[in-house]
Amino acid sequence: MTSPATRAEVAATACGDLFRGSGRILAGPIGVIPSIGARLAKLTHSPQLLLSDGEATIFADVPPVGEPFERVQAPFPYRDLFELIARGGRHVVMGAAQIDRHGNQNLSAIGDRDRPIRQLLGARAAATNTLSHATSYWIARHSPRVFVEHVDVVTGVGPARARAAGADRLQDLRRIVTDLGVLGFDGPGGTVSLISRHPGVSVDDIVRATGFALHIAGDVPETRTPDESELILIRERIDPHRLRDREVPTS
Amino acid sequence: MPGIIDDPAELIRDGMTIGIGGWGSRRKPMSLVRAIVRSGARDLTVVSFGGPDVGILCATGQAAEIVHGFVSLDSIAIDPHFAAARQEGRVRSVELDEAMLVAGLRAASRRLPFEVTRSGLGSDAVDRNPGIRTITSPYEDGETLVAMPAIPLDLALLHLDRADQAGTAVCLGPDLFFDDLFAGAAARTVVSVERVVATGELFEGATHTASALNPTLTDWVVEAPGGAGFTAHPPHHPRDEALQRRYAASAADAAAWREFAERFVAVDDDRYRDAVSRFHAEEAS
Repeated sequence: MTSPATRAEVAATACGDLFRGSGRILAGPIGVIPSIGARLAKLTHSPQLLLSDGEATIFADVPPVGEPFERVQAPFPYRDLFELIARGGRHVVMGAAQIDRHGNQNLSAIGDRDRPIRQLLGARAAATNTLSHATSYWIARHSPRVFVEHVDVVTGVGPARARAAGADRLQDLRRIVTDLGVLGFDGPGGTVSLISRHPGVSVDDIVRATGFALHIAGDVPETRTPDESELILIRERIDPHRLRDREVPTS
Repeated sequence: MPGIIDDPAELIRDGMTIGIGGWGSRRKPMSLVRAIVRSGARDLTVVSFGGPDVGILCATGQAAEIVHGFVSLDSIAIDPHFAAARQEGRVRSVELDEAMLVAGLRAASRRLPFEVTRSGLGSDAVDRNPGIRTITSPYEDGETLVAMPAIPLDLALLHLDRADQAGTAVCLGPDLFFDDLFAGAAARTVVSVERVVATGELFEGATHTASALNPTLTDWVVEAPGGAGFTAHPPHHPRDEALQRRYAASAADAAAWREFAERFVAVDDDRYRDAVSRFHAEEAS
């Protein structure tokens, strides 16, 4: 018998489940846990999923995270990526410095936009993603610093703002996977809701770690744990170097 | 025929809008960025998928406005020179969604006033930029879209792999990024290359990913081996992480920056290559 799944393994499996039934689209996982999830999905329920090194190539093989891909499937420079996004052919799992109750994301800066306290990555293509194709988020440390009432700068667009801008026709926000649970966007008016809590985490733990009022409808189920074969794939094939434990330490 | 020029620094004037090719800390025309520094030109608007090109021109005080979708060193997430300039209010930051920047360059390249895109709607890139308007689709869908204004450039600076005397410039690496759009959007384009070659050698040994700028897109070709500096330039060299770390560390204070700039920035190509060789010898000892 294998030992029970760690929080990192539960989160990675939840990220993998985001791609279930997607068909032949490009997975856009950003971070170790989403990358493990995408590879687990391709090796189990979603073999048509396409993987890239995040640079200029789509690859056909599924190497361990942290090791290079080898079997080229297609050249895939940035201009092709932007066209693919516009066609809706990708599901990105992005990070966020902040996410607010209305599902807006901030990657740009903390504080005033024109004179920030702290410069972050920048707008990137977060708005393009959130208005064009399936978008989920991965938050490695669920805390009130990340989940805020209002983001300082809106880069990724939440449901209410997309609707107000008349840009919700192709929006497809799916889930926010964190180290504590899984959130969604099906509260009133597209606000952030609690979907499930990871094993060993209570609803109160998640409420305390969230800086706004989460929508909670009834009993909150536990996030599913990976089965025996998934655990073996994660531990022996996808992440033998245990990079996952650095992103989500075992508590 | 592309023009011949002794020093690209002669092309740079105060107040210019300069587009810089590459992406993050990848295939940046660092030899040409040093030419901007040598020129001493000020009040520049820099348009870039930003990396150390942006950081350097913030640190020298030459950039007044940065039009960007991000400024990153890749392996170091945030360029500390740009971060300091933005946090201290020394530059205007015009932050666009990446696809808006692409649309603006493409509009300029096609001599259109704007390009229509969905990208950016509802985000602060549109909502907090009074210079960007929306437009209603004239068709039955009636959809609201961004009318991304053209971003015309006075000058585009690019670093590629090979060029011939007639101005065809080849990219041997896997990604041209949007260098052709920068060239098309610009009144004049300077391309530095690893090597100027005979036309027949342009595609010798090239893989299926090779792409090229045709001679209508290039005005000056400059031979600058190692012209991408410490940024990644496949297939020639990976990012020089040690030198990039030194660059990032030079944001600590004015003295650290002055030392870095005197050694690695305000110099011509020969002195730069010498300085890099000595740097790596010191690192190894």
